[in-house]
Amino acid sequence: MYPRAFHYHRAKSLEEAAVLLGQLGEDAKLLAGGQSLIPLMKLRFANPRHLIDLNFVSGTSYIKDEGGLLRLGALTRHAEIEASPAAAKIPILHDCAAGIADVQVRNRGTIGGSLAEADPSGDWAVVLMTLATEVHCLRVKGQRMVPLGDFIKDAYTTALAHDELVREVAIRIPGEGSGGAYLAFKRAAPVYPTASAAVQLTMEDNVCKEVAIALGCVGLTAIRAKDAESCLRGKAITEQTLAAAVDAAKAASDPQPDMRGSADYKRALVGALVRRVMAIAVRRARGEEVEAGHLYA
Amino acid sequence: MPEVIKKIAIRLRVNAKEHAVEVEPRLLLVELLRETLDLTGTHVGCDTTYCGACTVLLNGAAVKSCTMFAVQADGAEITTVEGLEKDGELHPVQKAFGEAYGLQCGYCTPGLMLSTVQLLAQNQKPGEKDIRKAIAGNTCRCTGYQNIFKAIQLAAQNSKGA
Repeated sequence: MYPRAFHYHRAKSLEEAAVLLGQLGEDAKLLAGGQSLIPLMKLRFANPRHLIDLNFVSGTSYIKDEGGLLRLGALTRHAEIEASPAAAKIPILHDCAAGIADVQVRNRGTIGGSLAEADPSGDWAVVLMTLATEVHCLRVKGQRMVPLGDFIKDAYTTALAHDELVREVAIRIPGEGSGGAYLAFKRAAPVYPTASAAVQLTMEDNVCKEVAIALGCVGLTAIRAKDAESCLRGKAITEQTLAAAVDAAKAASDPQPDMRGSADYKRALVGALVRRVMAIAVRRARGEEVEAGHLYA
Repeated sequence: MPEVIKKIAIRLRVNAKEHAVEVEPRLLLVELLRETLDLTGTHVGCDTTYCGACTVLLNGAAVKSCTMFAVQADGAEITTVEGLEKDGELHPVQKAFGEAYGLQCGYCTPGLMLSTVQLLAQNQKPGEKDIRKAIAGNTCRCTGYQNIFKAIQLAAQNSKGA
């Protein structure tokens, strides 16, 4: 399958890519890892006239811990995050990076590309929504920082202007006593999950001091389950508070029936995933090492 | 009149051999390998980033060559299944797939072997989970994977110290 013919531009810097975006207009697209864009182009769902390749820009792939802020270059590949000791300081990042699609896709796909695409079934937005995440954007006019919650606007729609790009993703490293977990349920490795859930919480004895819960693949964007969080914040984690949170998370989800399952099935799956990520996050907050990530056959 | 699309000159090394070619930007890496360079060991299966039949090594990393444009491989070192054999001697991974009968029709086999090469380059003693994870992006519709799994275990044993 061939995409429609396009003009190829190889950016030497992100600044040059931003200039090109401004000059070429709305018919231009950025090529990062290409693991979503290229299939979309081959299927002719996307038909850009100009492609601006970012893969030859040096210095766009890095993971740095700067005073408790984890900075990731926009073109950092999932596989690099999976293997990074710095990223392992936030276990939920490893949960996500180590299971996105398969080895081959993780070797190419990038965190900046994933966020900028804003696929409703993408993994990163769900995970990063439970953390204090800033998206640093660049355009000719200057730079700005957008909190992730304001960055994702709708399905495949972000706050980026047509001549703007993602330069860096910055994540505040959670403090002591914090634990997080991400689980994504999928039928096979290379497909998008049927549903996913992420949680990041802080425990003090058995009391949940702070908590953020996000759901994936069950709405037009990743969903922050705020009512579910209210069921737990400031309370002891008991069967009763947990059951209330699970019900609230199911109510917050808005799944579409498709070949992956009916809406009822997906809502039930959300409940099960929230219950399981909560259990893992609580154990991790106590310092236990527990595995989490993508679940498939 | 249709628009004129400028071709791009690229240089790449494929199986340790230098190539300089001019390519249309939309030419996929797998098509460059198969149609221009006549390396038909790399297969096209699903053509939608699922099956992994087109897996090659790009600077040592397994990638799906149907999901990369040839222009992106400019300056890169590519290894295809044809590059595994050295001086008439099969690669240990190729031998193991033969000995353990890790194939039936053979369509997925080049991709699986290259995924195995990346795995063993990073992890000389892969456990069961490591192997399953390493080949999760390669679909086989014949074997049920059991012999492929055994072939990779055998390749890991035979590669030690190699």
